[in-house]
Amino acid sequence: MHVPDGFFDVPVSVGAGVLATGALSVCLRGARRELDDRTAPMAGLVAAFIFAVQMLNFPVAAGTSGHLLGGALAAILVGPYTAVLCVAVVLLVQAFFFADGGLTALGVNITLMAVVTTIVGWAVFRLVTRWGPRRRGVIVGASFAAALISVPAAALCFTALFWLGGTAPIEVSSVALAMGGVHLLIGLGEGLITALTVSSVLAVRPDLVYGARGLAAPLVLRTAVGEVTVAAQEPAPARNRGRGPRPILVGGGLVALLLAGVVSFYASSAPDGLNKVAQDKGFNANEKAQPLENGPLAGYSVKGVSDERLSGGLAGVAGVGLTVLAGGGVFYVVRRRRRDDRAVA
Amino acid sequence: MTVTSPSLAVRGLAYAYPDGTQALFGVDLTIARGERVALLGPNGAGKTTLVMHLNGILTAGHGTVEVAGLPVRADTLREIRRRVGLVFQDPDDQLFMPTVREDVAFGPANLGIRGDELDRRVRDALGRVGMLGALDRPPHHLSFGQRRRVAVATVLAMEPEILVLDEPSSNLDPASRRELADILSGLDVTVLMVTHDLPYALELCERSLILSGGVIAADGPTRELLADADLLAAHRLELPYGFAVPAHPS
Amino acid sequence: MSAGHHHQLYRAGDSPVHRLPPQCKLLAVAAFAVAVVATPRDRLWAFAVYAVLLAAVAAAARVPAGFVLRRMVIEVPFVLFAVVIPLVGTGERVAVLGVPLSVPGLWAAWNILAKATLGVAASILLAATTEPRTLLLGAERLRLPRLLVQIATFMLRYMDVILDQMRRMRIARESRGFVARDLRQAPVLAKSAGALFIRAYERGERVHLAMLSRGYAGEMPIIRDLSASRRDWGLAVLLPVLAAATAVLSWSLA
Repeated sequence: MHVPDGFFDVPVSVGAGVLATGALSVCLRGARRELDDRTAPMAGLVAAFIFAVQMLNFPVAAGTSGHLLGGALAAILVGPYTAVLCVAVVLLVQAFFFADGGLTALGVNITLMAVVTTIVGWAVFRLVTRWGPRRRGVIVGASFAAALISVPAAALCFTALFWLGGTAPIEVSSVALAMGGVHLLIGLGEGLITALTVSSVLAVRPDLVYGARGLAAPLVLRTAVGEVTVAAQEPAPARNRGRGPRPILVGGGLVALLLAGVVSFYASSAPDGLNKVAQDKGFNANEKAQPLENGPLAGYSVKGVSDERLSGGLAGVAGVGLTVLAGGGVFYVVRRRRRDDRAVA
Repeated sequence: MTVTSPSLAVRGLAYAYPDGTQALFGVDLTIARGERVALLGPNGAGKTTLVMHLNGILTAGHGTVEVAGLPVRADTLREIRRRVGLVFQDPDDQLFMPTVREDVAFGPANLGIRGDELDRRVRDALGRVGMLGALDRPPHHLSFGQRRRVAVATVLAMEPEILVLDEPSSNLDPASRRELADILSGLDVTVLMVTHDLPYALELCERSLILSGGVIAADGPTRELLADADLLAAHRLELPYGFAVPAHPS
Repeated sequence: MSAGHHHQLYRAGDSPVHRLPPQCKLLAVAAFAVAVVATPRDRLWAFAVYAVLLAAVAAAARVPAGFVLRRMVIEVPFVLFAVVIPLVGTGERVAVLGVPLSVPGLWAAWNILAKATLGVAASILLAATTEPRTLLLGAERLRLPRLLVQIATFMLRYMDVILDQMRRMRIARESRGFVARDLRQAPVLAKSAGALFIRAYERGERVHLAMLSRGYAGEMPIIRDLSASRRDWGLAVLLPVLAAATAVLSWSLA
């Protein structure tokens, strides 16, 4: 998904750059609070890990393969602030050392792949873990949902940027459907791998999973009066609990709402079929364009999916994803208000 | 303190990890200046825990650690970390900077040394381990043995009072093992070598300590300890097959 | 994207371009990219000028054309996207070999291809003539947040170590007959990823200890400080100034 130079016009590139800079400076401070003087080595190693994991190809469907974006995974493993930094550093290194992603598009790339995936992923993760009991199964399920939704969310943000300042004359609705649909599919793979990865870390070193703090088993104290059970102390610095993830949650909710709003507006005038957007997930290889008779919006289906029903189904799945996003956003806002009311009362 | 203070003095050191596991149960040891001492012990004896106390990464639950007369305390950490040079088992953990030069310079630069003096220290330390030629190479382009020698140099550049090596011979091929032994025996500094490579301890260290069950179980000339088969067996230490140490060489 | 395409791009050499301080080159390339992106797409001559400018830099740096071209595969996914645009684009249509293509779509495809190609070529030249470590020092000189630069420094140092671990895990998997065919194999890949994370995290903790043992107190010392002379800057601004002049000309010559 690394956007090259020339894909977006100058105002959008600059705007996204400002957004990315702002997000990074917030996260630099946040990560310092979480990791203290360990920030540089820890975030550096986690960034190297993300870089490596992005090379793990997994087969998605119909002979295509995708790879992990890793934003949601990083957020759940090391916390949202550090995660944004790690993924952003990966993108910077890719742009400067591997010429992967345009220099003028760095703002766009960081906004989409570091900020949006992480924030949306973390917001979804927190929403789900707040509903359920903090058990391992819930955390794994929440990881799946978080990663699943984070990928199409980034794709839809891409669409929003495209609507604002894309340089190609393509209907925004078709971009939205194609990007959203294809990335929902990729999101499934991302969700599965993320959930299984979190699960395997939980099995060995649950203390390393940021999203599972407070999961530690109670300790037993042997005292004169017998054995006393106490709760394990939170290893993370307790002073910024509650304060930390709040802005991220609010931001995630807003992004989700915005996406749902913009995209459902366009989706209402959605054309038939699904235009496949060639992108970097491995769907593009030897894809042949098939100009169809129905005018300018020639049909592009997911590789190997020439079947119209299936294409339509994918579009439908995209719709469901959007509903989940919108619903989640509304749910969060309402819940929050109710709690605030209680707090006032 | 006075010049006669031992390089390292540990008194009654006990420590339990935050999870309650107690690793040290009252360690006493003294290492005089210029001595080369091996700290032997089976896995889980508390060797690494003890080493972590020597430069204040862990702080004593009970007892004291003194380096050349200076007690390890929060307010002396900076000086302690200069005096105690810790060489980790995996050189990749130790060599974290992009080039050998920057890595060796990291320690002295943290002490505020800059410019020509910094350069002199870097060259001097690399020269002592025979790695001056690797000055501007990235660590991951070096062989394992070379990386371990550079790791020793990063610590020598701090001009430490005592060099603490964690399993220095692990993962080395015989030639690298020999080269490292030559370098270590030629160094003019106090050495504490943590290992379960008994022949290496015999070769390099006059004196050995056996740490077992969180206490010093034996302290004496390496040759005598290694000749005592019952002592070794009691602490899960073994000489390599076909290797025997006569207590009194003829 | 580009799994397997991640070669180090640096190509050791001793040319005027290699010798320029990294901060100068960074700024020059970034300014060049902005000028290119800001150029209206129908000024074909301007893009030719940019290409000539880059060719001149490559010649001065003694980087062979083949080196740059081979590494431009990184661009392929978006080239494919660009190919699609005229087919799905809206607006006036023109038939090419019987295929109706959108005229604005063709322009858009040209726009993306030309600008992305110039951007990638400039980035490749930057990476080919500047050691990664020096590039980071340059970024630090340009007042990029130091913490960010340090994270990137550690990442760069341990990237190969972690990729090696990953490679060993893959070999271990495959030597026991594992082949990733479809999503059913995901649990195995995920276990590897989990193990990789734990190793990376634990190494991070050990590195932190190693830093503490050598007197680290929260600030990385500045060991190498690169300063740029006026002459360096004079040489480095040649590329962006010429590019900017071209861009301004392209705007005014309507």
